[in-house]
Amino acid sequence: MADAAPFAVGQPVRLSRLVPPGHVRTPWYLRGRTGVIERDLGITGDPEALAYGRTDAPCLRLYRVRFDMGTIWGEAAEHARDRLDAEIFENWLEPVDAP
Amino acid sequence: MPHDTHDHSHEGMSPSGHPYRQDQDAPLTYFQQMEIAVRELLVEKGVATSAEIADQIARMDDRTPALGASVVARAWSDPDFKARLLADGSAACAEIGIPVEAMKLIVVENTPDVHNVVVCTLCSCYPRNLLGLPPDWYKQRAYRSRTVREPRAVLREFGLDLPTDVTVQVHDSTADMRYLVLPMRPEGTEGLNEAALADLVGRDAMIGVAQARSG
Repeated sequence: MADAAPFAVGQPVRLSRLVPPGHVRTPWYLRGRTGVIERDLGITGDPEALAYGRTDAPCLRLYRVRFDMGTIWGEAAEHARDRLDAEIFENWLEPVDAP
Repeated sequence: MPHDTHDHSHEGMSPSGHPYRQDQDAPLTYFQQMEIAVRELLVEKGVATSAEIADQIARMDDRTPALGASVVARAWSDPDFKARLLADGSAACAEIGIPVEAMKLIVVENTPDVHNVVVCTLCSCYPRNLLGLPPDWYKQRAYRSRTVREPRAVLREFGLDLPTDVTVQVHDSTADMRYLVLPMRPEGTEGLNEAALADLVGRDAMIGVAQARSG
């Protein structure tokens, strides 16, 4: 999973709507939202495994994903064209054309 | 003798007539106990000495936003350094002798069109190596939850009212990166040297809730 970069800069991605237990580093308000890959931050340890001492867990690729505020908050957005970037691990991302 | 004419009790007061600060007699919290237990184990097992731990705490407490301000002043003065800083924040800081250690730094530049502001909604990630300890408000739920939802309202409370043609770019520091905002250089500062420029750069400008001071 961590070998080849699964996503390219500029590619639209959607965050999984998963609700796993544990030390989750993907904010709730971004789950299910669509953004684009802003930059590739390389391979790093998976905090969701490391938090429980699973030091043998595979490392993951970390991305910065850029969202429009209007995409995150819909009609409730304060200013729809403002933006938000967050760091998201590859296992939370799927291409937007995925079923 | 300012206190010799009235009749209320001075019991519990210091000799100068002021109340003593209450002792901190509340029981230790779970995490305070955990911290003490881990620290004592590190010492007992010879991983670190008490003096080394105290020294690290002192080093952390000694860090101030002045380091971050010196990075900003250098970037304002040296376009090549600024380009390297925006490309790889950690490497550029190391180049001018600022210890970044394990910090992976991303520097984001304010322009006339884009204003950056940093938050950590999950906890309180903060570039401590460059800015010292975070302000209390940075760690509070109000700042953390509102900055991603209504950043313009939050910035107005800090005294920064941005026009709608400026894009607000929020950075939620969710994983390993730490963020430093490179504020816009104030107008009329062309003649200033780096030390004078650094004096214009406050902590809040590097978090993105303020602009650099204009002098």
